[in-house]
Amino acid sequence: MEKLFAKYKNMLKEKGLFRMLRDVTVHSQVWKSVFRHTFADTPKNRMLKVVSNVFMHLHPAKVKRHAPQLKYTWCMGGISFFLFLVLTITGVLLMFYYRPTVHDAYWDIKDLEYQVPFGAILRNLHRWSAHLMVITVWFHMFRVFATGSYKPPREFNWCVGVVLLVLTLLLSFTGYLLTWDQLGFWAVTVGTNMARSAPLLGHEGPFGEQLGMTAHNDIRFALLGGSLVGGNALLRAYVWHCIGLPLMISIFMMVHFWRVRKDGGISGPL
Amino acid sequence: MIEAIKKTGISRNRRRILLAAGWTCIGIFTVTFVSAVARFFFPRTIIEPPTRYKIGYPSQYPVGVSERFKKQFRIWIVREIDRIYVIEAKCTHLGCTPNWLAAEGKFKCPCHGSGFTPDGINIEGPAPRPLERFKVALDADGQMVVDEALRFRGERGEWDKPGAFLKV
Repeated sequence: MEKLFAKYKNMLKEKGLFRMLRDVTVHSQVWKSVFRHTFADTPKNRMLKVVSNVFMHLHPAKVKRHAPQLKYTWCMGGISFFLFLVLTITGVLLMFYYRPTVHDAYWDIKDLEYQVPFGAILRNLHRWSAHLMVITVWFHMFRVFATGSYKPPREFNWCVGVVLLVLTLLLSFTGYLLTWDQLGFWAVTVGTNMARSAPLLGHEGPFGEQLGMTAHNDIRFALLGGSLVGGNALLRAYVWHCIGLPLMISIFMMVHFWRVRKDGGISGPL
Repeated sequence: MIEAIKKTGISRNRRRILLAAGWTCIGIFTVTFVSAVARFFFPRTIIEPPTRYKIGYPSQYPVGVSERFKKQFRIWIVREIDRIYVIEAKCTHLGCTPNWLAAEGKFKCPCHGSGFTPDGINIEGPAPRPLERFKVALDADGQMVVDEALRFRGERGEWDKPGAFLKV
């Protein structure tokens, strides 16, 4: 005990308080159990930082200097992902005050705007990030097209990207209804009316009638949980918006990011 | 063990059968589960306005177009000299609710200007086909009953079918 005390006293004299605390922390059993490499700036450690971290390991351990050039990538994929994170965090917070029922939904949004502490900025962060994400995803797609980054061997990842685009639009669409105001209500009325006309599955689409589709058993009925936009439709939009679609988009994003790395990096010649 | 497999030569087949049986079970389970999930999305009970309702006695309707139930059920009840039928107040263009212009004797949609004659035939604007009619019948108490589940479309020649109108 006394030995240990003397050791720390020496360290304090040698390194000062800040560096001593840092070294004691970094050399502790707890720290070493979490980070299994030192932080000396060596090529090996730089690799280990990425490879030994579950969150980082989708990312390539090495990125070529020219690859992340802004004038080439516009960082649109990165910004889209950043916005997705913002939307996830603000969305979860919004869920604490929002109830997806015909009776409450609209007034809960009003409360968030005018009564909940920081509610207005929270809701607007979510709203504007959502608008922005749709835009950045389109720009990302345009950039990838313009630079020919959809060509082999990246063609599969282009397809994954198209799925991500569709999921982004669906997230935007389902979120639209949740405010339960005139704008969202009629947007979803019109949007789901399109499902009526789906071939085979919609009751007004090609061959729908011949297959026995009616307003009460077609694809639109399954989407709305009824034959009109009502309480069931609101609840379904909510569950798809908060659980179903985010889960799906997360899985596709994992594949997307991983394939970016496997298919030769975010940009540049192969 | 491996020796035994080599000697008999039966086990490879047995393994194949077991493997097939295993995958069949997984397959049946998956198909059943997916079907159940699909069925799950179609609720048995829904709380929506009735699609079958009474609209009073035929004698209450003089010749002409009645707007009595337009607000409640989105229908017009039209009485001709010898028949009564029920028109859905929904434009066949994009689904807006047309207005009945009594002075001009026609239905006119405020959204894109489609016009219809009192019997529902499209005469102007973008509407591609006549207004649809609902089934109407007499109930035991002498009142008329509308059933929205059955529709009659003029362009298919369905307006003379039984159920599309009530003889009076």
